[in-house]
Amino acid sequence: MSSELKIKMCGLDVKVSYGKKRALHGITLNILENKVTALIGPSGCGKSTFLRCLNRMNDTIEGALVTGKILLDEEDIYDSSVDVVELRARVGMVFQKPNPFPKSVYENVAYGPRIHGLAKSRVALNEIVEQSLVKAGLFSEVKDRLHDVGTSLSGGQQQRLCIARAIAVSPEVILMDEPCSALDPIATAKIEELIDDLRRNYTIAIVTHSMQQAARVSQFTAMFHLGNLVEVGTTDTIFTSPQERRTQDYITGRFG
Amino acid sequence: MLLLFFMKVCMSVSGIIIIVLVLGFAGFFLSYARACAIVMQGTKMHSRPHYYGLWTFLLIIVPSLFFLFFWNIGSNIYTERRALTHIPYAAAGDIIHQHNLILSTIRNLVNRLPKHSSNMLNHQLNSYASLRDILGQKGVVLDVQGKNYMVPIVIEWVSGLKKLRQTGVIITFVLAIIGFLVGFSETKVKKRARNRVERVILLGLLVSSTLAILTTIAIVSSMLLQTISFFRAVPLSNFFLSTAWNPRFSVMTFDESIGEFGLIPLLVGTLYIAFVAMLFAVPIGLFSAVYTAEYATPRARDVIKPMLEILAGIPTIVYGFFALIVVGPFLRDLSAAIMGGNHAFIMAQSVLTAGLVMGIMLTPFVSSLSDDIITAVPRSLRDGSLGLGATQSETIKRVVLPAALPGIVAALLLTASRAIGETMIVVLAAGVTVNLTLNPFEAMTTITVKIVNQLTGDLEFNSPQTLVAFALGMTLFVLTLLMNVFALYIVRKYQERYE
Amino acid sequence: MNCFSKSYLKSLPRDIRLKQRYRAEKRFRAYGYTAIGIGVFFLTALLWSIFSQGYTAFWQTSITLPVKLDVAVIDPQNRRDKNPQILITANYPVLIRNALAEKLGIAIDDYIGLRELNHMISPSAGIKLRKMVLDNPQIIGSTQSLTVLAGADIDSAFKGKINLTVSEISRKISNRQIKWMYKLAAEGSLYKAFNTGLFIFASSSRPETSGLGVALIGSFYMILIVLMFSLPIGVATAIYLEEYARKNRFTDLIEININNLAAVPSIVFGLLGVSVFINFFGLPRSSSLVGGLVLTLMTLPIIIIATRSALRAVPISIRSAALGVGASKIQMVFQHVLPLAAPGILTGTVIGLTRALGETAPLLLIGMVAFIANYPRTLMDPATALPVQIYMWANESERAFIERTSGAIIVLLMFLAVINTIAVLLRRRFEQHR
Repeated sequence: MSSELKIKMCGLDVKVSYGKKRALHGITLNILENKVTALIGPSGCGKSTFLRCLNRMNDTIEGALVTGKILLDEEDIYDSSVDVVELRARVGMVFQKPNPFPKSVYENVAYGPRIHGLAKSRVALNEIVEQSLVKAGLFSEVKDRLHDVGTSLSGGQQQRLCIARAIAVSPEVILMDEPCSALDPIATAKIEELIDDLRRNYTIAIVTHSMQQAARVSQFTAMFHLGNLVEVGTTDTIFTSPQERRTQDYITGRFG
Repeated sequence: MLLLFFMKVCMSVSGIIIIVLVLGFAGFFLSYARACAIVMQGTKMHSRPHYYGLWTFLLIIVPSLFFLFFWNIGSNIYTERRALTHIPYAAAGDIIHQHNLILSTIRNLVNRLPKHSSNMLNHQLNSYASLRDILGQKGVVLDVQGKNYMVPIVIEWVSGLKKLRQTGVIITFVLAIIGFLVGFSETKVKKRARNRVERVILLGLLVSSTLAILTTIAIVSSMLLQTISFFRAVPLSNFFLSTAWNPRFSVMTFDESIGEFGLIPLLVGTLYIAFVAMLFAVPIGLFSAVYTAEYATPRARDVIKPMLEILAGIPTIVYGFFALIVVGPFLRDLSAAIMGGNHAFIMAQSVLTAGLVMGIMLTPFVSSLSDDIITAVPRSLRDGSLGLGATQSETIKRVVLPAALPGIVAALLLTASRAIGETMIVVLAAGVTVNLTLNPFEAMTTITVKIVNQLTGDLEFNSPQTLVAFALGMTLFVLTLLMNVFALYIVRKYQERYE
Repeated sequence: MNCFSKSYLKSLPRDIRLKQRYRAEKRFRAYGYTAIGIGVFFLTALLWSIFSQGYTAFWQTSITLPVKLDVAVIDPQNRRDKNPQILITANYPVLIRNALAEKLGIAIDDYIGLRELNHMISPSAGIKLRKMVLDNPQIIGSTQSLTVLAGADIDSAFKGKINLTVSEISRKISNRQIKWMYKLAAEGSLYKAFNTGLFIFASSSRPETSGLGVALIGSFYMILIVLMFSLPIGVATAIYLEEYARKNRFTDLIEININNLAAVPSIVFGLLGVSVFINFFGLPRSSSLVGGLVLTLMTLPIIIIATRSALRAVPISIRSAALGVGASKIQMVFQHVLPLAAPGILTGTVIGLTRALGETAPLLLIGMVAFIANYPRTLMDPATALPVQIYMWANESERAFIERTSGAIIVLLMFLAVINTIAVLLRRRFEQHR
């Protein structure tokens, strides 16, 4: 590994339980800066749970208990001094199903900057909205419909709108929870292209069900199974010469 | 003697109902037994035995009881029509409500007579006074206003009714017997008893479901008819444009003036009190809904929700009493204390008292409706907002509430229509004096209060003083109908959005 | 861990107005607390004011006296064998008054004192004594122990409801009466007993002799009618609409109608009752039958709506299973779907019934607000209802009626609570038996 790689986020022995049910059994995993890290594994393996720990979205679930440490730039995000609102402004999230607010396209993107007070003026806000839409590759498609309701866009456009909404807050990390699972292949291809673009400015962690997607977009891959981290490494290594039997079985489609 | 008693029971309406029912059960068991016997012989029947019993039962009771019901209504109407033609034209005068007054006096007499009719009809009665004496001895008190010409009409009415009733009872009995014979003879292997029974049940279900429509039709048509006859006596402008309310009770003396029936002060009072109530109920109800839906822990929810349900389950008369005994006097004394003397600027019965207590009553209504709507907002929207780093209150204010807005508007419309139609609180707490003011500390009255006022006590129907209640009721109905339909329309639109 | 970049950490303290936003968050939460607090406060205030004023209504002050049935007062000319009217019209109150005067040692010529004594006893006492004598004329001349109700003011004073510290002129009972009251109480002949009268007496102009008898019977009749009509018709309608009706204009109309009927003001149903049941069908005014029918129409939409959602919640798999083994559609609905929907139907029915039990306005219009002194024996007899009785008492000016009204409200609320509790228990049973 080259020395230029920096660790952006780092989970140390992360354990999560929902009520009495243990969902993660001690995960230690690094997310590297300006790289795409894919989390793969069969359903119910805990990959989404781990992702949701990274910006403390698990806090909103009744009875979820997280132990261990998750560091963001050396700072433990579960420390009591850390503010969850500030954390989420630095670590944005895109969800499985596109969930634009029932507002206009413009208002959807402007939502984050507005609540955080990032734009000092109307002009600055317009600038942020436009830049975010451009970065999300959506601007050319919606520049005439900025004031239409966000839900009137197509599924793929909606998901890119959600990405633009996340970018508008200028986070350092973007978490994506199966962002393409509800989309058709063409829309999926566009989003994958976009993820590759975004890598230059952001650190990305993506949960995906599809092996091919992980292979296409990520530089690093972590394989989860039954709440354990089975194997982690560069995507090439994982896909060509996995060390673990379970990884090999999963990648070749023997289970999952 | 016993036979005579038995005959008498048979001839009465309740007696024939019992007889038909007994026949029905007998038919059920006989057909059932016959079907069982056929099955015992080893033959396979189309339906299980009890269906044959049920079919016979239905054949016996349904046609006969239906006939009885409609025959009785018909004979009532027929005798009344016939009696009408006998009222001397001269006595009736040419004014319509005088005519109606005589009719209702006669009807009143008829309603009191039947229990004593058997021996009364033997007397050669021709004067009202002697009728009154005879009935007086039996403990029935009649009013003094009756006229002599009424007596033969009444007697004919009663005896005609009696004859018709007896005919009806006999036909009913015959119908039941025919039903029994047909049902019993149809208990055969090939007959599809189950399908027939099920068809009758289905028909019953269909008929039941039209009852809701019938109720609406009855409401609309009855109110419309009475409203029309009200407007025959009182010009439209008197009702819709006048600001004075002074319905004189001048039915007996044919005064030229019919009184004033101004809707405006009542309507303003109604809307004003409803407005004050909403002013109170909406913020409290909404915030408690937001709290229980978004912030409260499950355990807190389990405490708060039942409490609000208790508030919602308390009858409105209790709120009215609370307003009358506690809130009204409290506000009056409070205002006196503020002025430092005896001058209380808030009256015990006032817009504020009624509005405040009505607000308390509506709060659980607002909160439970809004709670349902807020919890129906998909979780993904909340996650989307929280994931961007919004605080919980920002998420609620900027995402959840706007998304729930149409539903909340509908809920508020329904609440407002409830506030407008609420009666008991305003009857006890708002006052009866008609007052057109904007001062919330004074008493005002509402449409519902006046409906109650005009229809309680011993008023005769068909005078404008009574009929105005129906015109007011119609106004209320139309007002709330519009609000409800609009609310339902919004709700339907809103439901489609998340499906 | 040495590859973390320290410099990057410091470059990013963005101002996202955290303090300000958390203040807003706190404020918003406080609004929520306040709203809940206000709701709870009013609920407590309401219940407390009713219960604190009403619980005393379940006790009534009574006086037990040895009454001498003096022939000289009842029948001075000894003509009672020939004229039975004598025993009916005799001056019984005087007998009781004299007994009381004797007990308290008041001279027979102290007219003011005697009048004050009269006010201490309820007017119902004379009627009670008359009935005793009429039932058994032999007791004339003897001395009988008689328990009578105290007058309303004495009752209030004895329960501490009258402020006895204000000057004598501005209160309803005199100093002497107070003295006598305590004297009788000390002797044990004036005491509080359970107020059975509250539950059995009919209407009366005197607070101490008015009770809920007629209202309880009337409410019972009406609830019976509502249950008998609205439950079967409501369930039948819901079954038709949910299981059979095809989606078309007509069923759409029925549906809008039902939803709308559920929101029509109750007083409109009263107008319907007046013009259709009383005026058109000629049913007797003030009768429980008309009241019951009006309340039935009001309750129907509630039951229909509840039943429909209960039916909708029954899984399709149950229906397919029943049809799959060869049941007809009717059998499927009545033997499989309906039992599963029963808890939901029960809840809807209870909500409807409790609303019908507490409803007042439509009953006022159909004339149930009336002074009814006899128990209704049939559905056609004039009757009144619990909430209507509360309304009538609330309009009485006499202070002692406030206590009665609150007591009646407690009775009403208790009934509602009992119905709800039974419903909860029944529901649990239903759900266990699945």
